[in-house]
Amino acid sequence: MHAPITSPRTYLAVFVMLVVLLVLSVLATTIEHGAWNLIAGLMIAIVKATLIVLIFMNARHANATTRAYVLAGFVWLVILLVIIMTDYGTRSWPTAVGASHSLTESP
Amino acid sequence: MNSHVAHHFDDAEQQFDSATLGMWIFLVTEVMFFGGLLAGYTVYRFQYPEAFVFGSQHLGVEIFGIETGYWLGAINTGVLLLSSLLVALSVHAAQVGNRRAIVRNLLITIVLGLVFLGIKAVEYQYKFAHHEVPGQHFKMEIPLDSGVQAGHVEIFFGYYFALTGLHAFHMVIGIVLVGMVVWQAHRGVYSAEYFTPVEIVGLYWHFVDIVWVFLFPLLYLIT
Repeated sequence: MHAPITSPRTYLAVFVMLVVLLVLSVLATTIEHGAWNLIAGLMIAIVKATLIVLIFMNARHANATTRAYVLAGFVWLVILLVIIMTDYGTRSWPTAVGASHSLTESP
Repeated sequence: MNSHVAHHFDDAEQQFDSATLGMWIFLVTEVMFFGGLLAGYTVYRFQYPEAFVFGSQHLGVEIFGIETGYWLGAINTGVLLLSSLLVALSVHAAQVGNRRAIVRNLLITIVLGLVFLGIKAVEYQYKFAHHEVPGQHFKMEIPLDSGVQAGHVEIFFGYYFALTGLHAFHMVIGIVLVGMVVWQAHRGVYSAEYFTPVEIVGLYWHFVDIVWVFLFPLLYLIT
């Protein structure tokens, strides 16, 4: 119609890459444990998602407005996760000196 | 000129672009929809890491005496990746006006979607039978020296069912939508000039695939 047509061969190549990444993610669990396992798993998932978004979903050929919305979705997700983990992650921190009076107590 | 272009669009290309933008905007809201559940998952994973490891190691289903571990999840991931390939190929078929290929590729996609749901049904059935569903009958055998609390493992299983259940619900909707597109394609509604429903249903399907791409390592591969 208008946008460049991606060839079936490209789609097939991307599919092969996705399957390789899937095998890698399974292999990573046999090697990495703990925090590194989480990082490896998430990074592989992010690469797979990027491939699917850019090529299967054709975002690489989309107009600027569409691409802005695609980016926005993930930006908002990052905002959600970063702020919520900052909240929970700092709950055990000691409060500031002098700030221990409650609002109903007289100082 | 093309009769399918509505009067408020300059041309067919703008109409097509606005349809895909509309679907992308909806998908962004879906990112936040799943994002809320994932945020909760993130909090509890860092709060009770050992319980989440324990829960993830016990996601496996025993079939004919074989402990499957994460393999059903891995197979399901492969099934969905293949279905995304077929959806992409069906969009290509639409772009070149190949009606038969649209129908064939999307029919295979539906079959793969049903395979995915079938495997999930096997997993869910096993968990219901073995008291691994959060609630009154939740029961988990945990070694005393592991430091893992059953209540925390129950939270993991709660997120497992919430995330995969919501995802499965989206799969069902996706299968229905693909079915509608198959029917329209079969009736010859689409051409190289007009195939918008193929494109936007395809976008929805790819998104559901992406969600699973994240759910698989987050639920099945915690060590």
